[in-house]
Amino acid sequence: MALAFMPKPIREIPWTMILLVVSIAAFSTLVLYSAAGGRPTWALPQAVRFTVFLGMAIAISRLRPEWIKQAAFPAYFLTLLLLILVEALGFVRGGAQRWLNLGFINLQPSELMKPVIVLACAHFYSLLPAREIRGWSALWPAALLIGVPAALILIQPDLGTATMVILGGVTIMFLAGVPMRLFVGGAAAMAVALPVAFSFLHDYQRQRVLIFMNPEADPLGAGYHIAQSKIAIGSGGLTGNGFLQGTQSHFAFLPEPHTDFIFATMAEEWGLLGGLSLILAFSLILRWGMKVATGSRDRFSRLAAAGLTTTIFFYVAINLAMVMGLAPVVGIPLPLFSYGGSAMMTVMICLGLLMAIERRNRADAGGS
Amino acid sequence: MIKFLGSGPPVTESSQAATFSRRAFVVGAGQVGVAALLAGRMGYIAIAENERYSNLAESNRIHMRLIPPRRGWIVDRYGNPIAINRGDVRIDIIPDLLQDKERVIRELAALLDLPAEEVRRIRRELALASGYQPVAVAEHVPPDKYFAVSVRQPELPGVAPLRAFTRYYPEGAAVGHLVGYVGIPNREEFNAENRNPLLITPGFKVGKEGLEKVMEQRLRGQPGAARVEVTARGRLIRELQTVPDQRGAPLRTTIDAGLQSFAARRLGEESGSCVVLDCNSGDILALASMPAYDPNAFSDGISHSEWDMMAQDERHPLINKALNALYPPGSTFKPAVAMALLEAGVDPEEQISCGGGYTLGNRRFACLGTHGPMNLHRAIAKSCNTYFYTMARRIGIERFSAMARRLGLGQRFDLPVVSQSHGTMPDPVWKQRRYRQEWSQADTLNAAIGQGYVILNPLQLAVMAARVASGRDIQPRLVAGPHPPAALLPFAPASFEQVRAGMSEVVNGNGTAGRSRLPLDGILMAGKTGTAQVRNIGADRGRAGAAWRHRDHGLFVFFAPVGAPRYAGAVVIEHGLGGARAAAPVACDVMTYLFDKDRAMAALLPLEQQWGGNIAERMARRSQDWSTRPPGAPGPAESV
Repeated sequence: MALAFMPKPIREIPWTMILLVVSIAAFSTLVLYSAAGGRPTWALPQAVRFTVFLGMAIAISRLRPEWIKQAAFPAYFLTLLLLILVEALGFVRGGAQRWLNLGFINLQPSELMKPVIVLACAHFYSLLPAREIRGWSALWPAALLIGVPAALILIQPDLGTATMVILGGVTIMFLAGVPMRLFVGGAAAMAVALPVAFSFLHDYQRQRVLIFMNPEADPLGAGYHIAQSKIAIGSGGLTGNGFLQGTQSHFAFLPEPHTDFIFATMAEEWGLLGGLSLILAFSLILRWGMKVATGSRDRFSRLAAAGLTTTIFFYVAINLAMVMGLAPVVGIPLPLFSYGGSAMMTVMICLGLLMAIERRNRADAGGS
Repeated sequence: MIKFLGSGPPVTESSQAATFSRRAFVVGAGQVGVAALLAGRMGYIAIAENERYSNLAESNRIHMRLIPPRRGWIVDRYGNPIAINRGDVRIDIIPDLLQDKERVIRELAALLDLPAEEVRRIRRELALASGYQPVAVAEHVPPDKYFAVSVRQPELPGVAPLRAFTRYYPEGAAVGHLVGYVGIPNREEFNAENRNPLLITPGFKVGKEGLEKVMEQRLRGQPGAARVEVTARGRLIRELQTVPDQRGAPLRTTIDAGLQSFAARRLGEESGSCVVLDCNSGDILALASMPAYDPNAFSDGISHSEWDMMAQDERHPLINKALNALYPPGSTFKPAVAMALLEAGVDPEEQISCGGGYTLGNRRFACLGTHGPMNLHRAIAKSCNTYFYTMARRIGIERFSAMARRLGLGQRFDLPVVSQSHGTMPDPVWKQRRYRQEWSQADTLNAAIGQGYVILNPLQLAVMAARVASGRDIQPRLVAGPHPPAALLPFAPASFEQVRAGMSEVVNGNGTAGRSRLPLDGILMAGKTGTAQVRNIGADRGRAGAAWRHRDHGLFVFFAPVGAPRYAGAVVIEHGLGGARAAAPVACDVMTYLFDKDRAMAALLPLEQQWGGNIAERMARRSQDWSTRPPGAPGPAESV
């Protein structure tokens, strides 16, 4: 390979995947530059942030999977503690509280929980003897592992993140081999329980769901987000209106044009071609992630790799479904693309862990 | 081992790995499926529905902004301006572009010398305003201040100096009641026009009174429109296309602006009105009512204090006295009675001896003098009540009240005015209907000298004078244009001649208004004086020593020139003590103006000097006095 002359640590980096990630981030920088009206207000900090987190991901990739496995439970309990701390602070100060100010960064423990729940569940199932996978003991510890942080996040209230934590954990349960009928039954029970759950939602959350069902009912009120987002995407056409030419974002018709709805900002200026390119890039990263999972030998690595990949998938899928009017507005950013550090940090942690597992896979493959 | 969730072959590590592979494939396939769904969804929105969403994006950012039309001019019969549009420089603040509100307001206040009250208003309106809707800072900005703001505009974001049009009435208060004024449409007007968006366009005004209100639709014109690109907050990006407005068609009135202005000025400090008609066509040449409001000030919007001053003024500057004030006509009614007498067959040479009054039963009806033997001619000239009591009683109320109506008294005319009070021309049927009482002989006697139930407006008196002068059934008109000539009234020309001769005698012979002869060679004015009682009981009835509001009204009807009448009219001076004393001199000067402007102006200027300046100067002083009055002080023009 062309990198043969390079030192081993550099050769070990999966450059194709890095190239995809960098391309997405570079594209994001362009879109943010345009969303700020042709100013680097958002693009510059985002580029700096990405560089830092990319370094962090590469650093994580040097970790050994065994070590990651051992750290899974301590990391889980530490994150849980932080969640409780946030909750307590929020209670003291009044109102919703989602982050801890650590001085240099506003840390969202719920964000950290997304990869951590995957690692914890993967570790739990790697410890579980194979024969017990159909028993109670395969179920209740995982349910507790997932349920406690999900409940804490739900009362923040942050429906989107809670959903993602649950989905991440449940994916591990599914991949670990928990009997299929449980998932079928669970889905059926969900369908029954949905109306009940709906009544427990906050007013604004309920409003969002109702608007999602019928966005045209209130195009100037709560349905405004989805309506304007669809207008931006739809008016972009095949090739878009051109760089810096988007009126929906520049004239402030599109809300959150640089964060949750950045895909619409991009689609207005780059059209369907820009959108498909972005979807393709994410798909290739996900395919790489699933390959890492299936290429792993030990159970923890397999489950963790597949779970982390799925976490990235949920991020992308929920955000895109939201901006295209296929899901309610839940406040999930588009990872690597939206302005902001939290989601980027989570996804880069996922990618760093995936790279660490992939490095071990390659070593195993080379060693055998 | 507990197998609560089903059975099957025992799970081993290797079977678990196989399960993982299977399920990982399912997860992967699910991800591919979702990716395909999202790609398809995006393709559907961006390609299949592209046109719809492009249109929606366009209607988001492109707005139509109306350009208020310039109002049609109102001009006089010669094309001289009465109401025009003046290019004006105004300064607005666009709230959305404002960056440092306090600094901008402070600097504007300094640059434009804004009074504290205005600064408070601007702050108040800015607090309520939003988006691109401008807040007016100042109108009628003088050029030097406009320049001062313009050069500093780059440092004052949000400040918009703008050239616009505002309504301007060169004659000011002299045409106030006639043309009315314009103002910002209120909620009722907005709703009445089905919420026409033009009415809430900044800078647009509608007629609120007078001709401006009645002729609103004709004067308005067609608004222009600009397609503009705006942001979600209404900020203007650029103008894409502009369709200019179409100015409203000019309205040519029958008014003679010079005469109107002269008449208003000549009324001076009095509270009264002066109507002048072309007695052959019915054209209203002047319709002056004083005191009046300045329509320029009203169109800009006046303060509460100014409004209070006018509302409390006992000279009623808010009422058009030519149309909406009613007076007993007094002796100015006698020409109508005289016409009725002649048409009823009374011999004009029949003598009635005036012994100073007339006795009906045990009531004495007084005459103003003891005139001795009177025929019709001298009875008009001397305004002898005894003659008219006797003769009117002889022909009866029905006959002379019918004649009065035929001459326009008590009638409502087809005129473009907001309202006209038509008063009462009584007869027995009317009294029965109104009071459920029989008509009495005393009523007839009172009516014969224009008192009792008879109340009329000044325009009606002018129409009577014009019909007597021309013998034609003229209709008063305000809008110029072709019209069929007025038909002759169905009365004997000799009757008109008799009455006109009597009216000429009033001024030019041995009559009551001899001091008001026209100062012109070969042009004579004829007329009839009248004095209307305001109070008929009590010690201070009517006379000079009485409180102003208890004094008698002075009236005068007239036409000129005698021989070939062209003009006719009426002057009413409220509480002017008498027609000969207060009203006839005004009529004399106004008629003089029509034939010799210089001489009339020469008579007016010393008078204005005596009154303390022209109308505008006197109004300014009055409002100054009002705003600095001590609390609890009496209203303006309160006199003893």
